[in-house]
Amino acid sequence: MTTPPTRQRKITLSRQNSQHIAFALITLAALAVIIPIFFIVGYIVYEGASAISWEFLTEFPYNGMKSGGLLPAIVGTLWLTLGTAIIAVPIGIGAAIYLSEYAKDNALTRAIRIAIINLAGIPSVVFGLFGMGLFVIFLNFGTSILAGSLTLGIMTLPVIISTAEEALRAVPQSFRLVSVSLGGTRWQTIRRVVLPQALPGIITGVILGLERAAGETAPILFTVAAFFLPRLPTSIFDQTMALPYHLFVISTQVPGMPIHIQYGTALVLLVFVLSMNLLATLIRRHYRQQRFW
Amino acid sequence: MASNVKIHIENFGLRYSDGTESLHGITLDIYAHQVNVLFGPAGGGKSTLLRAINRLNDLTDVVEQTGHILLDGEDVTRPACDVVRLRRRVGIVFARPVVLPMSIYRNITYGLELAGVRDRVTLDAAVARSLQQSALWDEVHDRLGDPAHALSGGQQQRLCLARVLALQPEVILLDEPTSGLDPISTAKIEATLQELKSSYTFVIVPHSVQQAARVADWAAFFLQGELIEHGVGRDMFLKPRNSKTEEYITGRFG
Repeated sequence: MTTPPTRQRKITLSRQNSQHIAFALITLAALAVIIPIFFIVGYIVYEGASAISWEFLTEFPYNGMKSGGLLPAIVGTLWLTLGTAIIAVPIGIGAAIYLSEYAKDNALTRAIRIAIINLAGIPSVVFGLFGMGLFVIFLNFGTSILAGSLTLGIMTLPVIISTAEEALRAVPQSFRLVSVSLGGTRWQTIRRVVLPQALPGIITGVILGLERAAGETAPILFTVAAFFLPRLPTSIFDQTMALPYHLFVISTQVPGMPIHIQYGTALVLLVFVLSMNLLATLIRRHYRQQRFW
Repeated sequence: MASNVKIHIENFGLRYSDGTESLHGITLDIYAHQVNVLFGPAGGGKSTLLRAINRLNDLTDVVEQTGHILLDGEDVTRPACDVVRLRRRVGIVFARPVVLPMSIYRNITYGLELAGVRDRVTLDAAVARSLQQSALWDEVHDRLGDPAHALSGGQQQRLCLARVLALQPEVILLDEPTSGLDPISTAKIEATLQELKSSYTFVIVPHSVQQAARVADWAAFFLQGELIEHGVGRDMFLKPRNSKTEEYITGRFG
């Protein structure tokens, strides 16, 4: 009668040990994700903060870009982000609604899904070359905001489509059944019940997609980005400077570039992208508290 | 009991793609201004038949449908049938109360707004009337703007009934409407059926034999996709003609 309890306790102890070891390893893995982020952000802030000033954000660069500010690059990135949104958001959400609410599982929709997955896997430099071939040369848009936005838009589509479709599918099927049973058409049901419920998820996906587009260099390399422009763009057929490309230029193409300007530029780009990320998180948090299903 | 036929179901059959639940050769009359009960053990095809009447099965994976369902002589199974108009004439209350993620008020006006009713006075009147009919008015009249999900389960189910009543349909289908409710809420809904049957035709799948016996003017016993017996409710529960019906009613299987 006395032996079995002892044996049992031994087993329990070793189980507890393996539990502790697993917990430690998993925690370590999680920390491994956090540490580089803090290190990167911290290092860029440390090296670049001294470059940040009102003039840095509002002036044109001069003296071979070694002095002055980032104004044309900031404005260019804003334009490109807006252009990407105009192109990718309606198409992306439309495609997501089609896939989630209308499409049956057939050869066509399977082809669309495979296309989306493959689109997401294409290297961004290939998008850049494709954009140059199609928009800049073949459609003769020239190196322009239009060509750059179209290229970034196509690149962003898979992110927006898949997150929006996921958000739509998360809306309980019973809501659709109720709406239809009360005499709703499919579109009325989508517009009045499904879309409002899915909107926070869709907005989050859109922001994350645009954030990625805003930080990309390769797709704009051949389609829109200018090395240096002493003016702001005035139409969608103008070239423009853009933050990621500008960062590439001053880091690799301009000899004798002051290091704090390089890191300052990286910091501005980082803040731009991370604040979009923060916005997405806040929107998601805000709506999750209001949701009750 | 002399009654007018509201819905005539003629040799109706249905098969899902997975083949589990199906109906074969159902011929049945649903009488106007009566409580028509479809009862029997689970998997007998009662819910499927309900959802065939207002074409909600269109949303599911039905492989094969045969026969006809005539609503006032009009075949609702034909492809050209205007399903939106049909669903306004034939409302449904589901087993689990599903309130839409909106206020109590908007839940009730939802169907009317879909139908294009915008007039505030009409909408207000419809909300008051349908809440009174579903015995919910006294409990919620001073907080119509509150989110509907804040109501209790029993209140939510009465709201679902009110939502259907707001459209003033001709037929109301109820698919085990009290299966998740307490006895008091159940009694309220059953009382509502008796009060309103002079204005509506009810088709109800009850959640128990006892409820079937309580509410049935007419009763139809379903077993594994077939209609075993159909008749006046009081007669069927006192002296069923079919031995299967008797065995089920007396609790020998089910």
